[in-house]
Amino acid sequence: MKAIMISGRTLAQGAGCECKMNPDFFKAVSICSLSEGDYKSLGLTDGKNVLVKNEFGQAVFFARADEGLPPGIIFIPMGPWANVLVGPDTGGCGPPQYKGVEVEVLPTDEPVLDVRELFAGIGRAKA
Amino acid sequence: MILEDVVCSFCGCLCDDLVAEVEEGKVKRIKRACRLGSSKMMGHGRIKAPMVRKDGELKEVSYQEAYDRAAEILLCAKKPLLYGWASTVCEAQKKGVLLAEEVAGVIDSTATVCHGPSVIGIEEKGLPGATLGQVKNRADMIVFWGCNPAEAHPRHALRYSSNVPGKFTPEGRAGRKVVVVDVRETRTAKNADKFVLIRPGSDYEVISALRMLVAGKGDFVPDEVGGIPKTVLASLADFLKSAKFGAVFFGLGITHSRGRYKNIDNALSLVAELNAHTKFVVMPMRGHYNVTGIGQVMAWETGFPMSVDFARGAAYFNPGETAACDLLARHDTDAALIIAADAASNFPRPTVEYLARIPVIQIDPYENPTTLLSEVVIPSAISGVEAEGTAYRMDGMALRMRKLVDTTYPSDEEILTNIIESVRRQRGTIGCTEA
Repeated sequence: MKAIMISGRTLAQGAGCECKMNPDFFKAVSICSLSEGDYKSLGLTDGKNVLVKNEFGQAVFFARADEGLPPGIIFIPMGPWANVLVGPDTGGCGPPQYKGVEVEVLPTDEPVLDVRELFAGIGRAKA
Repeated sequence: MILEDVVCSFCGCLCDDLVAEVEEGKVKRIKRACRLGSSKMMGHGRIKAPMVRKDGELKEVSYQEAYDRAAEILLCAKKPLLYGWASTVCEAQKKGVLLAEEVAGVIDSTATVCHGPSVIGIEEKGLPGATLGQVKNRADMIVFWGCNPAEAHPRHALRYSSNVPGKFTPEGRAGRKVVVVDVRETRTAKNADKFVLIRPGSDYEVISALRMLVAGKGDFVPDEVGGIPKTVLASLADFLKSAKFGAVFFGLGITHSRGRYKNIDNALSLVAELNAHTKFVVMPMRGHYNVTGIGQVMAWETGFPMSVDFARGAAYFNPGETAACDLLARHDTDAALIIAADAASNFPRPTVEYLARIPVIQIDPYENPTTLLSEVVIPSAISGVEAEGTAYRMDGMALRMRKLVDTTYPSDEEILTNIIESVRRQRGTIGCTEA
C-alpha cells in the first residue's frame, strides 16, 4: 500500500526520549499507526508487523490502528526508526522533510529491530 | 526537603510551579509536572564516567583526558560542527559560541531541524507576539495549527492557553473558542470547537485561501482547497474574525512539511490580515526547554539565530548551507561536538551514517544512540536539576533554572570552559594526522 508518512511527538516518545537505550523508548517509537481501514485491508491483526520502505531506507514497525488517521496516512513517533525513511534534503532552509514522506507499507513477519540492532550497521556502533 | 516553584527543564513551556521532594541528594518526587517533565527531572539512564574510544571500544578515562582529546579533535578538524544546545542553559550556550569561534567551526542548534523555518519566516515578516501570560488572561480564541500540545506540551492548555481561567477569561475553556488545523485527528483536536482536517502538505494553500477570505476577496478562492470545501473555509474565516483577542500557536506540522519557511511566512501574513479586523497574536510552539535561549544567545553573540559558520573568521549564516543537516549531507564537516541533543536519533539516516565516519564528541547527561557513534563521551550535570542557569520560555521570557541537588558531574558550562582552556593550551603543539 502506498501511503504518506507523518512523524511527530507522542507522550510515550517524550517520556522516553531522555532514556533512549531503555526498552520502553524502543517500544514507544517503533510503532506505525494506520487508519482503521488500511489496517484491515492489509490484513493486520494484533502482534503483526509492517515493513515501511521508500527510496531512503526501510524498517519494520509494530502496527497499530488509529481512528484519528485518514486513509492513506501513517503516523510514526519521531525517532531513529522513523528517520530511516527521511531523506537529507532540507529545501535550502535546514530541516529535512520529516512529514509528508511518500512510503510503501507491507505486512511482514520480520521482527522489529531494537535500538542497538538498528545502529549495528553504522560505523562505530559498539559502546 | 520540599522545593517549590521549581522550573521544569523539558519543553518550551518552562512550567515554573513544580514542587520537588529532595532526599539524600536525589529528587524523590516531582509534583505538578506532566509525564514528560517528571520523566526528565527524575533522571535515569545516566552516563557514568567520561569515555574515549580506544581500539573500537569506549573506555573510561579522567575528565581531563576527555577534555584534551575533545580539544585535539576540534583543533585537528578543518570545519568542526558544534551542534545541539537546546537542552542546556544560556551560560553554557555562550561558551559554545566562544568555542566555535576559537576552532573556526560551525555552531548550530536543534532549531534547524525544528522551528528553524519559523525563525526564517519571522525574519521575513516580523512576529506579532505576546507573552503566554497575555494569552492566558486575554485570548478568547486559540488556534493550534500543525501542533499537538496534548502530547508535546501537555500543560500548555492548562497553564497558558485553551483551558486556563485568566483575568479577563474567567470561564477558562468554556469562555474560549478553540480551533485545531491538522492532517490527522490528534488528542488536541478532540478538545476543539472546530477541527479542520487538511490534506498533508497543503498548509500554504489553505492559509492563502483564508487570507483571501479574511480580506473579503473570497471570489478568487476555488471551491475546494487542501481537501476543504470553500464554504467551510469561509465560515472558519468569519469565526476567526469574531474573536476579541486571538492567539495562533503553530508547530512542526507546518515547518516540517512541503513549503517549510514559506508556510510560516504565509501564516504570519494571515495573522497580519486578521489584525485588520481584530487583535491576533502568533507564537511557535518551541520544543526543547531552552531552544529559544540558544537563538537569543547566538543572536546577541553573532548577529544570527542559528547555523553560524566561523570558518571565514567572521560569523556567516546561510541556512541550507551552514545548517547541521546540510553540512552532514554534503560531507562538509570533518568532526562534530554534539551537546544536549541526540543527532543520531533525530537526523535522517544518510547524515547519521556520515556522522559515524567522523570523530564525534558527545556532552550529555544521558546515554543515547549518539553515544554509540562517539569517540569522546563527557557526562554532564542535568541543567535545571543539578546545575543552575538561564532559560527562555517559548514566548521569550527569561527564567532562572534552579539547582535542586548536588552532583559530582560537571555542568555543561564547566565542561566547555575546560575544553576551551585545553584548545588554547594545545593550539600549535599537536600533530594532526590527515584522515
